Order: sequence, then structure tokens, then C-alpha cells
Amino acid sequence: MKTMSRGNELTIFLSGDIDHHCAREIREAADGLVHEKQPGVLKLNFADVGFMDSSGIGLIMGRYRIMQLYGGSLKVTDVPEGLRRIMELSGLNALDVLEGENQ
Amino acid sequence: MKVLNEMTMNFESRSSNEAFARGAVALFVAQLDPTVSEISDIKTAVSEAVTNCVVHAYTDTVGMIRINVRILPDNTVIIKIADRGCGIEDIKKAMEPLFTTTREQERAGLGFAVMQSFCDSVSVRSTVGKGTTVTLRKRLSLRCANV
Repeated sequence: MKTMSRGNELTIFLSGDIDHHCAREIREAADGLVHEKQPGVLKLNFADVGFMDSSGIGLIMGRYRIMQLYGGSLKVTDVPEGLRRIMELSGLNALDVLEGENQ
Repeated sequence: MKVLNEMTMNFESRSSNEAFARGAVALFVAQLDPTVSEISDIKTAVSEAVTNCVVHAYTDTVGMIRINVRILPDNTVIIKIADRGCGIEDIKKAMEPLFTTTREQERAGLGFAVMQSFCDSVSVRSTVGKGTTVTLRKRLSLRCANV
């Protein structure tokens, strides 16, 4: 899993398909990193994600809760056009975690 | 209505088969020359239905999942995803957004909501102890289909 640390920001670059099968592995890796680095802001970069079902929503919601527990925040960035509908359907907009493109 | 083409497949309810199932259905439907967005909608809906079988129908066991896909002359695709698992007690409740019976796996409870949003219609038949069949219907845009 590709990551980038800058100041108190940790970015995780997700890739490929996000479904129920692989969500667990991503979740464990992400939580391990958050625990180790305790970032103020966790960014999940979706630029290279080709497919996502509602398991991806669960993944985002779960990390949102964890970042809140740490007193930090979560941002979801670079969401490809094809994933916008499922992101919107999930009600993630209300949590203010979706960042506009190219940020 | 006359069926133009049809396929059926059976596979085990292992999570590693989720990608196989949505990919296989997408490949079969590809003969209708769907748009990228239509293919993505179908893959997402099938992934949700199959994940429900893996997570809920066969919670502590591995059973068979059967998928049947039919293509109708008006470019409608009918996808049936059937299991012989535990069944659903209250279908109406199961289909409510955010309702989930699974706590530990971080499920969002959006499976049926996603299927409904990405297909024209979703119907569910279930008998407790016998299994569940989810039927997805989606009419694809007519481009240059030549089945």
C-alpha cells in the first residue's frame, strides 16, 4: 500500500477494486498506520480505485470514526467520476469528508 | 418475453469469488455493448448481492451461489442471484438503508440501497431456512446491439 506522510498528514493511496473480500486487508493496514503515526489528518486517495461497492463506504465510515477517536479528521480525495454516485448515495457528503478533485 | 441469450453459473460462497462473479456477469452482458457506466452499475449491484450471500446467507459455512443472467430483446438484462442459505426473516427491514445485522465486519448496511439505485428494479424472495433469490433488472441503452 502506497503512503505519504507530510507534517501531521498521512495519505494512503488505495488502488484496484475495493470489495468485501479485500476491505479487511486494507482496513487492517490503514488502522496499523494510523495507530503508529497518529496523524491529525488521514487522507484516503481514490485516484487509482477502479471499482468499489458498499464495502468501500464501510471502510470510509470506519476510518472516519477512528480518526474522530484520535481527535483527528478524515478526507477522501481524488474520487474518480465512476465512483461519485456510490459516494453520494452513502450520505458521506453530510460528514464533510469528500474533497474536491485535484486537492 | 423471449430470451435472446442466457447463462447460469454456480460457485462457492467464498469472498474471493465476489470479483469473479461480478466480472463474469459483466463479460456476459458486454455483448450488448453497454456504456462504461452501465457495466459499472451492474458490477456494483452484483457485487452487493453476492456479498450478501457470503456474509449473511452462509455466515459460518460455505454454500453454493447460483447466478442466472438473461438478455431480453428490448436490451433488458435480468440477473438472478440465488442461495440456499439461512433466508431473510423480514425482507422489508433488510432492505432499509443502514440496516445491518452484522456488527463486526464494518458493513455499511447499504447493499440493497445500492442495488436499487443502480438497477431499474430489485425484487427479493426468501424463505427462512431455505434461501434467498434476488432479481435485478436493468434495461440498457440501445446503441448498436447485435446479439
